Amino acid sequence: MKSFTYERATSAPDAASKAVSIPGAKFIAGGTNLLDLMKLEIEAPRHLIDVNGLGFDKIEDTADGGLRIGALVNNTALAADARVRRSYGVLSRALLAGASGQLRNKATTAGNLLQRTRCPYFYDTNQPCNKRQPGSGCAAIGGFSRQLAVIGSSEACIATHPSDMAVAMRVLDATVETVNAQGQARNIPIAEFHRLPEATPHIETTLAPGELITAVTLPAPAGGQHLYRKVRDRASYAFALISVAAVIQPDGTGRVAVGGVAHKPWRIDEADAQLPRGAKAVAERLFTGARPTPENGFKVPLAERALASVIHEARAS
Amino acid sequence: MTEPGELEMSRRCLIASGTAGAIVSGAGRAIAQPAPAAPDAAMPVTFDVNGTQQRLSLDPRTTLLDALREHLHLTGTKKGCDHGQCGACTVIVDGMRINSCLTLAVMHEGSRITTVEGLGTAESPHPMQAAFVKHDGFQCGYCTPGQICSAVAVLDEIKRGIPSHASASLTEAPQVTNAEMRERMSGNICRCGAYSNILDAMAEIAGRDA
Repeated sequence: MKSFTYERATSAPDAASKAVSIPGAKFIAGGTNLLDLMKLEIEAPRHLIDVNGLGFDKIEDTADGGLRIGALVNNTALAADARVRRSYGVLSRALLAGASGQLRNKATTAGNLLQRTRCPYFYDTNQPCNKRQPGSGCAAIGGFSRQLAVIGSSEACIATHPSDMAVAMRVLDATVETVNAQGQARNIPIAEFHRLPEATPHIETTLAPGELITAVTLPAPAGGQHLYRKVRDRASYAFALISVAAVIQPDGTGRVAVGGVAHKPWRIDEADAQLPRGAKAVAERLFTGARPTPENGFKVPLAERALASVIHEARAS
Repeated sequence: MTEPGELEMSRRCLIASGTAGAIVSGAGRAIAQPAPAAPDAAMPVTFDVNGTQQRLSLDPRTTLLDALREHLHLTGTKKGCDHGQCGACTVIVDGMRINSCLTLAVMHEGSRITTVEGLGTAESPHPMQAAFVKHDGFQCGYCTPGQICSAVAVLDEIKRGIPSHASASLTEAPQVTNAEMRERMSGNICRCGAYSNILDAMAEIAGRDA
């Protein structure tokens, strides 16, 4: 690990301002992803700003009947919250399908949104990777791509976003609250938070330099059946090959987002509108323009079948 | 090929020269400069480990795992993968099990840390430690401290009503079932494959506590 200096943040605007003014500064919260990458020297911050003491660790009711989840709420606490379990079940289910018990106890809500891809070529520092080293090329294209993106990818990058939680946040229309170095707050709809790779895959979100996530808010409960179906290579503690997050109403309408297929949680409004017509119609719209590799073409029919299973389960219950 | 005699000779020479080198450099250091101080970037941190307050001055890069093993010499906690994938480094911090390899020691100012040494001793083992012995919950033993810390925390998590991927209902309290325990222990890998015996040990303790 490269050496760095360390400080404990005293306020959110102070942390954001230091993240801008100190060269090579980064925030650290749970640290489960950042420290892993620092050991591999894929991340090499020169200064760490520990934001754990800022008090963003509460889940509060909002005036419009929703929830405001502090950025530092850990994945276990969020999944176990009675309000989340009762009214946002897809979020609890997605969180519990991710990582291990030990990691969920440390990983935070904001950190989960910001976690980096698990593309094997991003992790292998002997290989070119436009995300790790902009302009170096992409070894994943033409390489072992079974786990990688089938849609929304570019000539520069075919990595996927690894989060389960973010897929549920996308289907719930969450909003990311931030503060910047000037102390100004901003609300970013989750749909606009993660970027597609295009020519700059190293820029993964629409956060400005130094901008600090303070909370993630959920609108009032949408009702309906909340389902999360994850397909992976082993039954527990593995990243998704594909996952489906869905909220399905008694009349068959609803919303659906898919994980493991793109650089961001994948949701298309027109695909939602096809839900009453069944999985095939939804999948056709979700995957219009898909460009799978010879190794990961299986993800498209797999997602459709997982979606069919989810729709069947919603109708049966 | 090296003859046995040659190898012995070269080893002896190596040891002799190495010892001499150490004496020379040790003497030089003693005369010329004081013992090296902690590096400039070292930071103080104080936390409680197994009921004892510990004050350390550490390079910020030091993980909690390395602080426990290399600085406090509590070598029960093991370094397996050092990347949060195997669970051998599991300790309980402020009541929650975590991977001690994926957190910095300086991030734990004021924390209350329990390692396998704090659960019980050879003379007075924790019930979970005794159950692992009784049920043969290990072979080589390397993953065992992490397995035991995790197992103790898992039963507590079920008792506190924290759901898991194996829970049929999100709104009802989870039960101590084999499916629940297996799912919750998936962050602890055992190369020897003692999983079914670990499960037997946990089931015995859960039954006793239930």
